[in-house]
Amino acid sequence: MTTNDNFDVIIIGGGITGAGTQRDCAMRGLRTLLIERSDIATGASGRNHGLLHSGARYAVNDPESAEECIRENRILRQIAAHCVEETEGLFITLPEDDLGYQKTFVEACQRAGIDAEIIDPELARRMEPSVNPELIGAVKVPDGSVDPFRLCAANMLDAKLHGGQVRLHTEVTGFIREGDTILGVHTRNLQTGQEEDFRAPVTVNAAGIWGQHIAELAGVGIGMFPSKGALLVFAHRVNQMVINRCRKPANADILVPGDTVCIIGTTSTRIPFEACDEVAVTPDEVNLLISEGSKLSPSLSSTRILRAYAGVRPLVSADNDPSGRNISRGIVCLDHETRDGLKGFITITGGKLMTYRLMAETATDAVCRKLAVTRSCETATTPLPGSEERSYEAVARKIWEAPSMAQKAAAARLGTHAERIRDAGREDAALVCECEEVSVGEVKNAIERMEVSTLTDLRRRTRIGMGTCQGEFCACRAAGLLAASHGCIERERADLRDFLQERWKGNFPIGWGDTLREAEYTQWIYKHVLGL
Amino acid sequence: MKMQENTYSKHNFEECMKCTVCTVYCPVLQVNPLYPGPKQAGPDGERLRLKDPFFFNYALKYCMNCKRCEVACPSGVNVADLIQAARIKYDHSAPKLRDRILASTDLMGSLARPFAPIVNGVTRLGVTKTVLDATLQIDAHRSFPKYSGRSFEAWLRRHEKEQATFPEQVAYFHGCYVNYNYPQLGKDLVKVLNALGVGVQLLDKEKCCGIAMITNGMSQQATRHAEHNTAQLRKAVGRGLRIVSTSSTCTLTLREEYPNLLGVDNADIRDSLTMATRFIYEKLEKGATLRFRPDFHKRIAYHTPCHLERLGWGIFSEKLLRMIPGVEFTLLDSACCGIAGTYGFKKENYTASQAIGEPLFQQIRSVNPDVVACDCETCKWQIEMSSGYPVANPVSILAEALEV
Repeated sequence: MTTNDNFDVIIIGGGITGAGTQRDCAMRGLRTLLIERSDIATGASGRNHGLLHSGARYAVNDPESAEECIRENRILRQIAAHCVEETEGLFITLPEDDLGYQKTFVEACQRAGIDAEIIDPELARRMEPSVNPELIGAVKVPDGSVDPFRLCAANMLDAKLHGGQVRLHTEVTGFIREGDTILGVHTRNLQTGQEEDFRAPVTVNAAGIWGQHIAELAGVGIGMFPSKGALLVFAHRVNQMVINRCRKPANADILVPGDTVCIIGTTSTRIPFEACDEVAVTPDEVNLLISEGSKLSPSLSSTRILRAYAGVRPLVSADNDPSGRNISRGIVCLDHETRDGLKGFITITGGKLMTYRLMAETATDAVCRKLAVTRSCETATTPLPGSEERSYEAVARKIWEAPSMAQKAAAARLGTHAERIRDAGREDAALVCECEEVSVGEVKNAIERMEVSTLTDLRRRTRIGMGTCQGEFCACRAAGLLAASHGCIERERADLRDFLQERWKGNFPIGWGDTLREAEYTQWIYKHVLGL
Repeated sequence: MKMQENTYSKHNFEECMKCTVCTVYCPVLQVNPLYPGPKQAGPDGERLRLKDPFFFNYALKYCMNCKRCEVACPSGVNVADLIQAARIKYDHSAPKLRDRILASTDLMGSLARPFAPIVNGVTRLGVTKTVLDATLQIDAHRSFPKYSGRSFEAWLRRHEKEQATFPEQVAYFHGCYVNYNYPQLGKDLVKVLNALGVGVQLLDKEKCCGIAMITNGMSQQATRHAEHNTAQLRKAVGRGLRIVSTSSTCTLTLREEYPNLLGVDNADIRDSLTMATRFIYEKLEKGATLRFRPDFHKRIAYHTPCHLERLGWGIFSEKLLRMIPGVEFTLLDSACCGIAGTYGFKKENYTASQAIGEPLFQQIRSVNPDVVACDCETCKWQIEMSSGYPVANPVSILAEALEV
């Protein structure tokens, strides 16, 4: 076993909070290491709507969160332009809803500093033709959409550009502890089995819902309250604006357009902690999502569904309240030295994708206090790598004289870093993923720079396999490129199998119509044509 | 509300299974690497365009709208419609002067007709072709179809009374080609239908079907034509008439492109519009008879135009030709001739156009027929120019074989 002690801070968890914290720490000059059991954004970070909240949803019940959201919303538009789509959003009132709530809602938004404007229902129908035409009220808010995978990858990439190190597919198996101080972690690489120790004066637990388990390993207790949320991905964009219901937050009342799809969600079900690793979407949830979603946009009842998925919200009791009565969606940063007398260990949890940067700042401030580092946070003003330019259209036109569809798509995904595939030759310009227009060059770029070891990792960085064919065509092509990079065909064959199985997992709950037909066709290709 | 019982998407783009058969059958993709192919340009591209019109790709102009992708698609995706609809929706560049000229078939026809001998002489001159090639990028290899001094409409009007005496009546959508360039085809149709006891009427006022406007970025004008023609057809249907056409492309446009691309609803009259060959075939099926010349003998190779293939009606032309005694019939392989209306006239498309048609021309040469039969006027120009064999509409061949 090797030991590595070249670090100031170890961050456990490659979700958006962990990646954001690593970036912030790295930008403040710390030597950072991020450890993730699986891949980036595999937990709640990648299993949500991808909604760039304006905060309006929380304005009435949780004004503090609402204020955080709108502040971060404005920041993300500036620093994460290539991850964000400035779609704007609507909160609609349907005949079955109480129009009186609209006033309460708008007033609460205004108190929180959210620019909420009541508009005529007719104007709302014109702005968003897919909206339920029966609406009786509409409020326009600065919602948007954000690609959580891209956001997470950009944070990780920036941390790496600032000297950070990343160990994915690596599990923390225990802590190196001396008396009342955490000095580092024991780890095991889940792909190679290699065990390694890492030492640093501070360790940050940013493991989301699994933070409870990490805390237990460190000998302290955190009460998480896992809440499952199911969502459906539709095969194309039905709406251009985010559509919400103007009522108290409930099931399936947000429809978010993101990239080439749109997503309806969510449900909310308490589940036991042990069930967090394997959450499945039930038929009841699917029915609920379709029927409630169709109230936002009636065409959802006849639009092809691509996948169903579920995530687990890392809700946490305000502090160690075993009853769970004080569940908060706000940010919880626990310094275990003051809380439990355990030195060198910090937990950052709660919060939301939307407020990840603020969470990271809070956690990094706590780290810096421990290390007596005084440099201040710059993440609110420094663009993420790729986001130096606001519009992907400008990026594409700057790089290519007459950009092709795939080049335009690459500019939308990579932002200014699309520059890296500017001079792709004939082979690198060929497409791997035809649905999402991902080229060989883009896949190679991801493999080289973004810590990719499996096809699923690659999917999170490039969108391969996220289109309507769900890996039917791109999976085997990408597998070829991955095999070429790591050199082991057997490993890649197994990876390909896992990838297709994972795609099927999302198809299964909505396995009917064209999606079932396509899955059958995929099986036919892989089993009968390719003989896998 | 019935949930997810059936799913719908515009032009069925979400039914695409990515099987890529359309790509295999696309004639353009075989010869032009700049074209992204029907799957990319159609259902794949549509999802991106729905995200942002910025993803529209100008290479979509290389689509010939031959519809072979739609014939090939096992999932019922209207691939070519998706591509043409995207061009209509997102390509706002003004059509070039050349494209306007090529697209305005009836305007050009009515201007040229009074001066037909002069126009025909001038357009055939080498120097004219060189000038057109250099100035308008109309390829010098092409000849404009000759204009007729007298329009078909004028001819039929003079025979109105006589036609009215037949017990059964149809309306004829003759199209620009028959009216301005080749009235003989219309006269041949009248001859055959009269022999079946059917009189032929004109629509009150027909305009160009507009297909060339659709493919040349003039969808507003095309929509006006569609509204006009649909109203005219509706009037004829109201008088209890069916409408026949001798042009496969006019028929496809009137029936399919109007509602699918231009948003002009014709559901009430769509089924009243048919190809003349189908109409004649159905009459014969129901017991009508035609008498053929005993001395008629011809070796005929039949080329199914792409748009007739899309309609699924090539079989009627084939069966009619086969029933003529003395005909030695060869069905040519299903292939695109490469002209696709105005597409092949454009200088930038000439090479691709000829490369697409080459297998067809070769087969024609090896069959060595007396005449090639085909229901499309632009296929006729292309095949005559490129293979050297004469081309006739099946209706003209029927007329020639009739004993009257």
